Amino acid sequence: MLAVMSLLVFAGVYAVGNPMDILVNPQSDQREMARAAAALGLDRPLLEQYFIFLRHAAAGDLGKSFAFNVPAIGLILERMPATLELATAAMLIAVILGIPLGLWAGLKPGSAAGKSIMAGSILGFSLPTFWVGLMLIMVFSVTLGWLPSAGRGPTANLLGIPVSFLSLEGWRHLILPAANLALFNLALVIRLARAGTREAMLQDYVRFARAKGLTETRIVGVHVLKNVLVPIVTVVGVEFGSVIAFAVVTESIFAWPGMGKLLIDSINVLDRPVIVGYLCIVVTLFVAINFVVDLAYSWLDPRVRLGETGS
Amino acid sequence: MRRLLRILVAGSILGALPSQGAELRIGLAADVTSMDPHFLNIAPNINIAWHVFDALTHVDEDARLIPGLAVSWRAVDATTWEFTLRRGVRFHDGAELTAEDVVFSIERTFQVPNGQFRTFTQRIVGKQIVDAHTLRLKTATPYAMVPYDLNSVFIVSRKAATRSGPEDFNSGRAMIGTGAFRFVRFARGDRVELARNDGYWGAKSAWEKVTFRIVPTDPARLAGLLSGELDAIEQVPTADLPRVRRDSRLNIAQKVSWRTIFFYLDQYRDRAPGLADKSGMPLQSNPFRDLRVRHALSKAINRQAIAERLMDGAALPASNLVSPPVFGHAPGLQPEPYDPEGAKRLLAEAGYPDGFAMTLAAPNNRYVNDEQIAQAVAQMFARVRIRARVEALPVNAYLPKGRKGEFAFAMFGWGSFSGDLALRALVATADPEKGFGAFNWSGYSNPRVDELLERAFASVDEKRREALARDAMRLAMRDCAVIPLHHQIATWAMRKPLAYAPRTDEFTFAHHFLAR
Repeated sequence: MLAVMSLLVFAGVYAVGNPMDILVNPQSDQREMARAAAALGLDRPLLEQYFIFLRHAAAGDLGKSFAFNVPAIGLILERMPATLELATAAMLIAVILGIPLGLWAGLKPGSAAGKSIMAGSILGFSLPTFWVGLMLIMVFSVTLGWLPSAGRGPTANLLGIPVSFLSLEGWRHLILPAANLALFNLALVIRLARAGTREAMLQDYVRFARAKGLTETRIVGVHVLKNVLVPIVTVVGVEFGSVIAFAVVTESIFAWPGMGKLLIDSINVLDRPVIVGYLCIVVTLFVAINFVVDLAYSWLDPRVRLGETGS
Repeated sequence: MRRLLRILVAGSILGALPSQGAELRIGLAADVTSMDPHFLNIAPNINIAWHVFDALTHVDEDARLIPGLAVSWRAVDATTWEFTLRRGVRFHDGAELTAEDVVFSIERTFQVPNGQFRTFTQRIVGKQIVDAHTLRLKTATPYAMVPYDLNSVFIVSRKAATRSGPEDFNSGRAMIGTGAFRFVRFARGDRVELARNDGYWGAKSAWEKVTFRIVPTDPARLAGLLSGELDAIEQVPTADLPRVRRDSRLNIAQKVSWRTIFFYLDQYRDRAPGLADKSGMPLQSNPFRDLRVRHALSKAINRQAIAERLMDGAALPASNLVSPPVFGHAPGLQPEPYDPEGAKRLLAEAGYPDGFAMTLAAPNNRYVNDEQIAQAVAQMFARVRIRARVEALPVNAYLPKGRKGEFAFAMFGWGSFSGDLALRALVATADPEKGFGAFNWSGYSNPRVDELLERAFASVDEKRREALARDAMRLAMRDCAVIPLHHQIATWAMRKPLAYAPRTDEFTFAHHFLAR
């Protein structure tokens, strides 16, 4: 899979153009440009370039970034904690706010609160992230002056990984981009939770539970919630991957130094080693996340048992 | 009582000045990729390098050469330049600057993998250390540009930078220069932190601590300034200029930049891509090879309107390939006046009374308002019966296509601190041996221009060289080798009471910010 993907990216970058034309020193002459292209191996045929890449990749070397002059993989891993932190914060916001709101809207679909929650979720679906990000900056940073508009707060090492959520200043920087990134998934979780709740409330087991005399809190909080969670976990898992991949927009607006921003910058200068490396890592992440989701799924839904599905 | 008053007044004045611990936070518009000053020749990297390092020669606000680490230089003979180093200059680690460090820095430009600075040192064939503060550099042929080229070669410490790669500069171990600031920290994609060098040989900075924040998104950078997280920003988006001007908390600094925006047009092929008659049949001959057509297109552009309305005043209509303060700018030339009737007459004379159809290519994320300008120019062309279809592309697709010759008429921008250098790259006949015409995508060729340029590069006398460069500029512009549009005006915005001495080379130097 990685090989297919890397070949596609290779061909794609090749089709867009020669990175040399963008990275070239404008003061240099033709000989100097030819020498620079040869030094990066960009003067060779595409397939040859690709096989050289494969040979190095097999030894764990994805090449040096054209723009940064340091190994691409290190560059990406250096930026990864910032993106993961942002994506995790966004997913937490989506889940922690989304499930209760969705439950509420599902339990009381006709009430004013239920209706306004659903109206809000439509906005969350349809407003473009870019625009919402700018509005958040306008309102909370420029007009009210409560929160910083850009960048990541000071980082501290947690198990060797630089994180910014340990300090107040870090949270102040994190909250706006995380809210921005969470918006779409918040809307999604609300919808799923509401639909799940409405469906579950009509099921026999709820009626049995009521007949058994369980409190409404226990019925909703334990039995309904567990059933509602099954689709949410699946979707949240899949969405976590796309949140990481689509953090690009939010990272650009809030100047968040994550890998999405690195990808955009690298595409702009056709920095192929970084683009290929980024996609390899994201593909691997997607696979890993799907695996974890499958595990969680089987734990939540006893009907799904790994290894028995074939029978 | 009176004395008390005096103390109070003095105190309030002092209060307005930056205190000892003053910090300056600047928003940069483009990503800094490396701290190594001999790696990529791109503006954001160079901008940071100028804070930590110096070069033998510096340039002032008007992009004119001034002494840097060298107090003086002279041509001993036609192929030998002698530089006298400033005495008593110390690196951040306390070691004194000597000619050894200069020689080491020149040699290092060849050793950095994929480094782009050998362009500026490859003509130096011999280096001779006369004494600790005198250095002679030899070239194979007479070459006047040595002091200019050395403006791009940062002097690093031989002791700190021996056998050091980009990681050593990014981590700070090798970031030992003679500049106004010491390196503190580089967080890639986020910020660069610097601290004042109290032993600096030049005017000391008012700022104890400087933080460059990397905020490439225009609205976010402006928001950072408005919300007070940043003290100053570069590249204020033109659409926001009126708003920034109205804001009583902000100051603005503007200066005509060295970046000239122009159109290049195919003059070397008999049939050029995208050219057709009004019915869509490809043209049998290339109209751009006719000077009258090139002149007509230049007349059809209303430069004043573009500068005033599209650019909100942040552009100066151009007659030259370099902007007015720059060496080699030919002062006699005037921007071509807007004259659609004259353009139609010229087109009719050239045999195109009904005009023709063409493709106007432009990037959409490279120059200020590039795509909008292309759209405006296409409409202006419509008024002289030329139907131009705008093809706007992101720069990463645009430049490779341009180099491959896929455009017949296209927008381009160039920044240069001397007219002869700009002409050498853009209009001189392409000749890899001489390094001429590396970006001459028009295919313009005029032996007279080439000869003037060769003479300019060979003349070590500055006055003579500038006269030759101006002659070459006049000749190329009279031929409409390219159609100049405007010089961009660079804009900085900052919170009061800060003030900035704006620069033609567009650099944002922390030590040039003052608290008024």
